[in-house]
Formats: sequence, C-alpha cells, structure tokens
Amino acid sequence: MSSFTVVNHPISRIDAIEKVTGRAEFTDDLAFDGMLHGRVLRAKYPHAKILELDTRKAEELPGVVAVITYADIPGAQAIGPVRPDMPVFVSTRTMYLGDAVAMVVAETPEIANRALALIRVEYEELPTIFDVEEAVSEGALQLHKDYPGNIVNHYPLRKGNVEEGFKESDIVLERTYTTQLIEHAYIEPEAAVAVPGAADGTVTVYGSIQNPFTARRHVAQVLGVSLNRVRIIQCAMGGSFGGKDDVVSAICARAAVAALKTGRPVKIVNTREESIIESYKRHPYVMKYKVGATRCGKLRAMEIHILADAGSYVSMTPFVTWRSVVQATGPYEVPNVKTDVYGVFTNNTYTGAMRGFGSPQIIFAQESLMDELAEELGMDPLEFRLANAFKQGSVTASGQILDEHTVSLVQVIEKATEAIGYSEKRKAYAENKAQKGKVRGVGFAASYRGVSLGAEGVDAAGALVSVQPDGSVYLHSGLAENGQGLKTIFSQIAAEELGCRFEDIVFMDTDTSVIPDSGATVASRSTTMGGSAVRDAAKKVREVLLGVAAELLNAPYEEITAAGGKMYVNEDPARCMEFKDVAKAAYGKGQLMAAIGWYQAPRVSWDEKTGQGKAYFTYVYGCQAAEVEVDCDTGQVKVLKVAAAHDVGRAINPATVEGQIYGGVTMGMGYGILEEVELQDGVTKTRNFDEYLIPTSMDVPEIVPIIVENPDSYGPYGAKTIGEPTCELLAPAIANAVYNACGKRIRRLPLDLERVLLGYSLRAARGKRGSDEA
Amino acid sequence: MKKVKAEQKKLISFTVNGDDVKVEISADTRLIDVLRNKLNLTGTKEGCGIGECGACTVLMDGKPVNSCLVPAFQVEGSVIETVEGLDKSGELHPLQEAFVEHTAIQCGYCTPGMLMSALALLRENPKPTREEIARAISGNLCRCTGYHQIIAAIEDASAKIRLSE
Repeated sequence: MSSFTVVNHPISRIDAIEKVTGRAEFTDDLAFDGMLHGRVLRAKYPHAKILELDTRKAEELPGVVAVITYADIPGAQAIGPVRPDMPVFVSTRTMYLGDAVAMVVAETPEIANRALALIRVEYEELPTIFDVEEAVSEGALQLHKDYPGNIVNHYPLRKGNVEEGFKESDIVLERTYTTQLIEHAYIEPEAAVAVPGAADGTVTVYGSIQNPFTARRHVAQVLGVSLNRVRIIQCAMGGSFGGKDDVVSAICARAAVAALKTGRPVKIVNTREESIIESYKRHPYVMKYKVGATRCGKLRAMEIHILADAGSYVSMTPFVTWRSVVQATGPYEVPNVKTDVYGVFTNNTYTGAMRGFGSPQIIFAQESLMDELAEELGMDPLEFRLANAFKQGSVTASGQILDEHTVSLVQVIEKATEAIGYSEKRKAYAENKAQKGKVRGVGFAASYRGVSLGAEGVDAAGALVSVQPDGSVYLHSGLAENGQGLKTIFSQIAAEELGCRFEDIVFMDTDTSVIPDSGATVASRSTTMGGSAVRDAAKKVREVLLGVAAELLNAPYEEITAAGGKMYVNEDPARCMEFKDVAKAAYGKGQLMAAIGWYQAPRVSWDEKTGQGKAYFTYVYGCQAAEVEVDCDTGQVKVLKVAAAHDVGRAINPATVEGQIYGGVTMGMGYGILEEVELQDGVTKTRNFDEYLIPTSMDVPEIVPIIVENPDSYGPYGAKTIGEPTCELLAPAIANAVYNACGKRIRRLPLDLERVLLGYSLRAARGKRGSDEA
Repeated sequence: MKKVKAEQKKLISFTVNGDDVKVEISADTRLIDVLRNKLNLTGTKEGCGIGECGACTVLMDGKPVNSCLVPAFQVEGSVIETVEGLDKSGELHPLQEAFVEHTAIQCGYCTPGMLMSALALLRENPKPTREEIARAISGNLCRCTGYHQIIAAIEDASAKIRLSE
C-alpha cells in the first residue's frame, strides 16, 4: 500500500462533476451582452499574391459591424512561438490554404457567413513547392527570404567517427522511412472570445487556449500594448494534444483586434473544416538511416539524415526537430553517430507541436530498423535490443551519461513483451507462411524520452496556494488543464503537502493576471515542473500552519504531522486539531496563509555545432508490444492487443495515468494504421471526420497498461511524465507485428489497406508531402 | 427564393427534459441551435456539424440523434432529452456516477453525447455486453480516453441500475 494519503491514489477527477453534467464551460458556451461573431475568409490558393482586396460590399450588408484586415492591426502583423513570421491577416502574399485574408464581424454568425461571399479578392497564383526533397534541391524556388535553401533550421550531431564505425561493422543496412501529415483532431474546434475592458486599450480573452502565456504575448504584440493590458482566461479545453497553441494565439489576436475596433465582445469559433484547414499538424518526416553492427549484434555506427516538412511557417519546427536530433538513435548505445535533421519550408499546411513532438516519426524509423537489423543478423529482435539497450550509466548520442535517474529500459521492455507473450508468439507466427486469409503477428517498440523542455529553452513554472480562514484552499497554476487531468494531479499534490483533504481544494482556471508566467503546458512537463511548484507553494503554507499548530498543541514543530485534514502530534495522535481549526487560528493570529511556489528545472546544456550536451535533466522509458491480425486478402490490419509499460517515476494518480495510456495508445494506433491528412497541391482534401478517420470505440484493441515506478530525484514525490510517451510507440510496434504476420516490411505510415496489400497508396492526392512516390 | 424561406419564422412546441417549451425557429435552424442558443442548454456540444463525431447526441423520442443533423421543424411535438436532464432530480444519474468513478472523462467535450448514447443503450438493453456497449458508442468520437474507461463505466452503471430496480 501507498505511504501517501492523497498522492498515488486513483482519486476521481476534480473536474468530473462539471463535465458529466454538461456544466463545464467551454469557450463556445460563453455569451456576453452585445457579443459579435467573427468569421474568417481564408486563402483561395496556397501560394498567391494578393493584388486587390475589396471589402466594401461586405461592410454594407445589414448586420455587419466591421470587416477586419491587416490594415486594422495596431501592432505586430505577424506572430510565432519562435519567429514572428505568421501573419494574423495576410497583406500581400498567402503561404498556405489556412491563411486568414479578412474577417467579417457581424451581429450573427449567419450574417457574417453571408458577408464572406461579398469580399472580393484578386489573386495572382505563384509557383509552389509541396515536396521537401524538391524544396532542398538546388535551384529550388525560395519561399522565405532569410532562409536559403528553404531550410528552417539544421541540427547536426556528431559523436565518434561513423566512417570508422561502419568499417568495424560486419553488416551495414540503409533504409528510408517516411511518415505522414496528421491532425490533432481535438473534438472541440478552436474558439476564443475577446471582451474589451473598461480601461482604455485593455482586453480580456477567454478561449480554448493550451498556453495562456503564449497567447497573451501574441495578443499584446498584435495590439501593440504591454503584457498587463491583456488578460487571458483559459476555458475548459475540449482537447489540445499540442494543437491549441500558435493557431489559437492567432485567433485570440483576431478577436482582440476586432473587439477593440468595435468596442464589443467578439467571438470566433472555427468549424471543423476550418479547424483542419487552418490548424498546424504533425510534421511528416523523410528519414534516411544507415546503421552498422558487428556479427555478434553490437551496434557500431548510425548515420541519420532527416527532412521534416515545416510547411509554410516556422512555428515550433526548431524545437520539434531538436527533440528528434537528441533521440534519433533510439535508446541504444551507439559509439559513432552522425545525425543531421533539417526543418524545411513548403507551401503545405504548417506543422508544429503535436503530442510526441518530433519523437513518433524517429521512433517509427529506429524501431522498424532495429527489427530489420536483427533479422539480417539472424537474431531475435528482443535479444538484439537488450544487448544494445541503455543501462545505468550508458552514454547517449549527445554524450550524456545516464546516471541521475533509474534507467529502466530493460525493465519496461521485459514487462511489455512478457505481457503480450512476445517471444513464443513471434516464433510461432513467423512459421505461418499463409498468403491468404487472416494471419497474426507480434511486434514491439521501445523508447527513451527527455522530460520537459530540456535545452530547448527557459524551463520554470509557478503555482499559488491560498488557504482561507475556514481551511478551504484555492489553487492557481501557471500551467493549464488541457483535459489530461492536471487540475486533479496538482490538487492531489497540494492536499498531500498541506495535509488537508482533497475535497477542500478548489482549482482556479488559469488566469494570466493572477499567476506568474510559467511557460507553456507542453513537453509533458506539467507534473514534473508545475507539480514541483505546487509542492513548493504548499510546503511554504504548511510551515506557517504547523507553527500555529505547534503552539496550540504545545508540541515541537517538527513532531507534528499534517495529513488527511488533521494535524497531530506524532507520539500521541490523540493530541490533534482539524486542519480547518488550525487555519482559523492562523488567520486569527494574522498569519499569511498564501504562497507562490516556483520550480526551476535543473541545468541542461547543448552545443549547437556538435550536438553534444546534457540535453534533458531526466528521462522516461517506455515499451509497447502489440499483437495484430492481418487480412492478406484486403490488407486490413486489426490491432488485437497492446501491452504498454511506462516508467512514470511515481503515479500521482494511477487512474489518470491509465487514462493517458489508453488514450495515447489509441492515438498511436490511429497514426499507425488509419490517419493521414491528404493535401493535393497544398489543398486540404480531408476536411472533416467523414474523411479524416480517427479510432472509434470499435477499433480499439484490448490494452494492458503497465505502470512502472522508479521515483525520480527531481519530480514531485518522484513523479516524471506520461502524456507523450504513450503516443510515440505503437506505430512501429504495429509495423513490426505486420512483418511478423505476413513478411511485409512497410516503411511508410500509415499501414492502411493499400500500403499493406499493394505496398503503395492508390490515391493520387498523396505523395506530395514526401510520403509516397505514387 | 430559398433565402426568403430560410428567414421565415415559425413557432414550434416540444418538451425538453420534461419541460414544455415553445421556440421560434427559421427553416435552417438545427436542433442543436435551438438547444444551445435559444434554450441555453449548452451541455450539448458541436464538434463537426455533419453527424460524424456524436458530441451533439441527444435523445429524440428516446432514440439517440445527432442534433446537428436534425432540422428544428422536425422536433415539433417530440420529446427531447439532453445531458442537463440526467441529474434533474438533484442526484447524479448512475451513468454520471460511473463516469466519475471510472475516470471515464478527460477533456469532457465528448462526455455529454457519450452519456446520452449510453442512456439510450441501457434503456433498450439493460445488460449489454462490452461489445454491445462499444457498438452503441461507436458514433461518439473521443480523442482523449481510448474509450476503455468509458466502456467500463457504462458496464458498471448497467449493473448498478439493475441492482437498484
């Protein structure tokens, strides 16, 4: 049993009641007096010059209050998390189909819709690039000045000497793997409402905003005002998965510009079609791997060349591809490594953060490759991996020694493969040579993953704990609930540390006017970073309360325990006070019962030229094993069972950890066999859920979540992370299982019917994003 | 011609969660618009507008429908049930309780529609198998949970409802 009172228990979510009753307030549920509705006119062509923009007729339509264009923006014309290159409204040139040209603001959404048709835009189409290899080829059209060769960024990594390494190798394999463009597909489309403030030039924006502080920065820049003139309040989030960041910042900025121009609240809600056309997606990668190993199965060298399709704007590409360069070899000891990762501009829909963040692509490649190499060596893929796997004290490709946490790779691999019966089944299924009917196979994939931002950027977070005179508690956090369960986890940590009851805590919606800028709720950093900040705040308040309790109980401070809503003397628990009575007494004594907690990540380092350094302060390890059934006649892959073993350090809430595993595995399955956003010459073809298929309840396999706990020295109560690792492993596990089932090695995602049956995609719409020749 | 028709107003009467209501609609008003915009029943969510995601599921004369696909004029005289009706007695419905207990919720956007599909299932089939549950909610997309805890919750609720009857 757990030695904790609140933490490490599967407590019901703190936001469960409001969500099952329909009372949770999502952005589109908000209404304000005099509220107007904004509808956006989007680019007609992915790359075109705007010769003329005439909005007069739209403005004349009764019920239209304003038509907003770039000319109405008082401050910065463009925004972006890394580089400000994405226009809020385009002025002269469209770069992709989702660009906003103008926005009608009207009394009703219907009137705004009608007015959109009255806006006249004259375009001159420009030459386009949709293929990354074409974009980096010599003499290619340059899409953005200041980016020669259409290269957004280049990350090299050099370790040892790969030429020597390949010479020492008995077997050298070269393989190319490609992954597709996919959509976050949060069920709630993007939305924001901007409300002009009473004070001149201030504005409050409510929205489906993953990162309130990023949105605030962007809105303030676009309005040309200081940060404190903009207040962002996050509403209940209908899913995000990395997706409601820069795209929502742009929507917030449009709403804010319109609200200040009209003096009335302005709401913008994307339709599903707009959401898929406008929002950024997961990067498609073209990955060339060359690997060398000795006959006895030791990896000697790896050379990796990756092109990541950034699409039209920089967005998060430099950070996404940085995680790729760190983790590209997988969790294996490779003495000689040469990796080059490039982000590349095209006129495709721009790509950015999505759950996994540069890892699902490379893991598909490296884990397919490990199976291929084992096969060439005549080794069992499991034994081969275990022989090369990171162990305590191993050195990563970037030269980091893994000795500050428990390296549990072997443990998770063994747990997941055992749960699926990998070794016995693999041998049995490999004998199956049927080319007709249904055949089964097993496969697995393993990974290591840096926790939080690493050397990407500033990494610190804050929280505010405020105990009231009756013992109830407000908890504010700079990191935000996105649906994952952050409010619950943080409240558990606060209750554990304060010694109050879980139900005494009310978690307040994230409001940028209350809490310090804590960076973004990304990189699976919430529990480690934000959780540590909550713990820090709660600890400060507990010390005040313990001081009061010590006085009243007439016992030394250090001999009092606070737990479960009581404070008692260790030696004599009958000498005890209710938490609420201590709070009341502390209030009566004029004590401060509120504190800001802060947590700054341990130091990390990175050398941009060599790709060497301590990339992340700690890592998590995961392994997912799958059993599949392949229909040889149709190419259909059915995933029957998945075992997912993840080291989370400490499960603050085992029920929400399991929820993350079920959800991440399912999303990973969609990536593996179902999902692909089709772009035909930059035009989005899959615009709604009738064409863009995500897993339904009929598609999900049996899932066995295996929580492994090796407490970490940094995270709160030893907790690390779970959100993203669950979503990065299943696609290669499925690809390996398909090979085991029918002997077909598929190096392109997704493994849909056509690719499995024919080896290529029939739809001509595909192939322009570096995913297919067909 | 069409546009003129769309702007013609009409009054319809129906019951929602047991209350009689009268609402003015246009020819192009959808049931979801009536619920959310006219009656302020915002628990029902819109996710796709084409009947694919199921977030807008409500019961119409006991059957689950995508309220984004139902023209409001068809609702005349019918009985509509939404998520707001589930705990109207002041107590959570066993399905709601089970969703809470099983952590069958993450972002919560699909939850109201999911609950209504489950309610329709349990009325028709008080003892469904897991397979039948999965089929009953297959029109309700969830991107967060992977459905497992939702299916477990519905199964548990069905047992509790049978016990209490």
